[in-house]
Amino acid sequence: MSTVLSSGLKDRIAALAVRYPRKQAALLPALHWIQDENGFIAPEAERDLAALLEIKPIQVREAVAFYTMFHRRPMGRYHVQVCDNLSCDIRGGATVLARLQERLGIGPGETTADGKFTLTTVECLGACEKAPCLMINFDYHGSLDPDRVDRLLESLE
Amino acid sequence: MPSRLLDLEPGAGPRGLAAYRERGGYSAARKALSSMTPADVREEVKKARLRGRGGAGFPAGIKWSFVPQEEGRPVYLCVNADEGEPGTFKDKYILGHNPHLLLEGIVIAGYAVGIHSAYVYIRGEYELIARRLEDAIVEATACGFLGADIQGTGFALDVAVHRGAGAYVCGEETALLESLEGKRGWPRLKPPFPAVVGLFSSPTVINNVETLANLPGLIRDGSAAFLALGCPQDGGTRLFGVSGAVVKPGLFELSVGASLREIIFQHAGGMLPGKMLKAVIPGGLSSPILKADEIDVAMDFDSLAASGSMLGSAGIIVIGDDTPILRVLDRIVKFYAHESCGQCTPCRLGTAWMAKLVRRLSAGEGRQGDVTELERVASMIRGRTLCPLGDAAVLPVLAVVSKFRDELETSIPPESRRA
Repeated sequence: MSTVLSSGLKDRIAALAVRYPRKQAALLPALHWIQDENGFIAPEAERDLAALLEIKPIQVREAVAFYTMFHRRPMGRYHVQVCDNLSCDIRGGATVLARLQERLGIGPGETTADGKFTLTTVECLGACEKAPCLMINFDYHGSLDPDRVDRLLESLE
Repeated sequence: MPSRLLDLEPGAGPRGLAAYRERGGYSAARKALSSMTPADVREEVKKARLRGRGGAGFPAGIKWSFVPQEEGRPVYLCVNADEGEPGTFKDKYILGHNPHLLLEGIVIAGYAVGIHSAYVYIRGEYELIARRLEDAIVEATACGFLGADIQGTGFALDVAVHRGAGAYVCGEETALLESLEGKRGWPRLKPPFPAVVGLFSSPTVINNVETLANLPGLIRDGSAAFLALGCPQDGGTRLFGVSGAVVKPGLFELSVGASLREIIFQHAGGMLPGKMLKAVIPGGLSSPILKADEIDVAMDFDSLAASGSMLGSAGIIVIGDDTPILRVLDRIVKFYAHESCGQCTPCRLGTAWMAKLVRRLSAGEGRQGDVTELERVASMIRGRTLCPLGDAAVLPVLAVVSKFRDELETSIPPESRRA
């Protein structure tokens, strides 16, 4: 897992930045790209990005710390994000979370020892019609119950 | 009533440009650009009484009229696709299934206000949908419906997709602007309003996805037809999202002003077997709760306001009699404590304090006076914050306390109630 920006990534970010009236506006898209490639946002990456966008490293850190989707340390290969807001809760979201904790042997905010899974609870994912729902990386899974959680976990390599 | 925004088969994939055009797509944009002046379009939207679908319900035509004309600075359009209000999942359908409907709406709005650059700020979790929208932009640009010279009219408009990264507050329009500029999403002090000083210090219009998606139909059929679909002060249809303890959760496009009871018991199939209706949150988590006997209300902005709640994002959360009200309250306060951006002290501390009090009640460790204390903390947040998140955290709490006080008090152990 890299902590700095690859030259390809730097080129992409530099090309994006000039499409905005102010380079700083490319910050969020750039952070998404860095995280997609590196898995997380390391301090070295923050400094590289600040230089590219001509802002201070603290301005990058402020954004990384503010937005819940950015991670400052490595995550599991599968990031399981379980909604625990009201619509999911009404339809049994707590039983889904409980089964995940039981099967993975970790609580919210933790990563399995083999680095395969990170489990977190999140606020509304905008899929209330398929409550209870969760996301694994960027894939949505809805209308869950504990048995479906079992099958879902078994489908992941 | 014809379905105007949701005319897709269930489970259908995204509708491409060819399929969209077969159904008359982009004819409204062509009509606006070739046979109407920008002022005509603005007037038509005002007459249609199209109110913002994001939550606040501000009339779109009037919002546009706040943009100073012919000043020399560029004017931007920011499409609010941040959709973070719990219980809301409507914009996702437009973006993911009918992206050209939104793009045509953007062209019409851009023409009406004199905008040549639009950003769609989409919540970070909608990653797949953002990619579909980017594909649709490429497709529309290749066929001359976006870009330098739209359909040979000389009107130019570029659209870019910009993903957020997980922050409810960025649905607030000035926080959205800060976020788009590459900062943490801290709301701005108003005035100046975004229409005058918005994105990159330029005049900016911020419209919700569903608001813009209404424009093609409005322009195609005219303001009178649009107004006739809804209420006299509130035209058109709404995408009502129903979730919670109903048989058929989902999205239903109905007239503005549809009956809440009918939405729940007819369209959404009524309550799940064995459950009785206890309460309804009618317009996303921020809207004050209605008791089971308060649902004979029309779902338009003015009627909901008159009943002490709000239409908001029209995300309807149905609560059955098996859900303790304390659990509902706990989910509400936990959410705002998590999402408060931390800028304003009353909201930062108040939401955390409310969450702590409710956690104590939930743990069976409530003390006498806790419910009153909750009201007191809520009242100290109210009206004392830069953005509406503070009030959004307060109003649902006060409504739950005033309507279900007895049930909340019973969660306090008898010994401490006497204390």
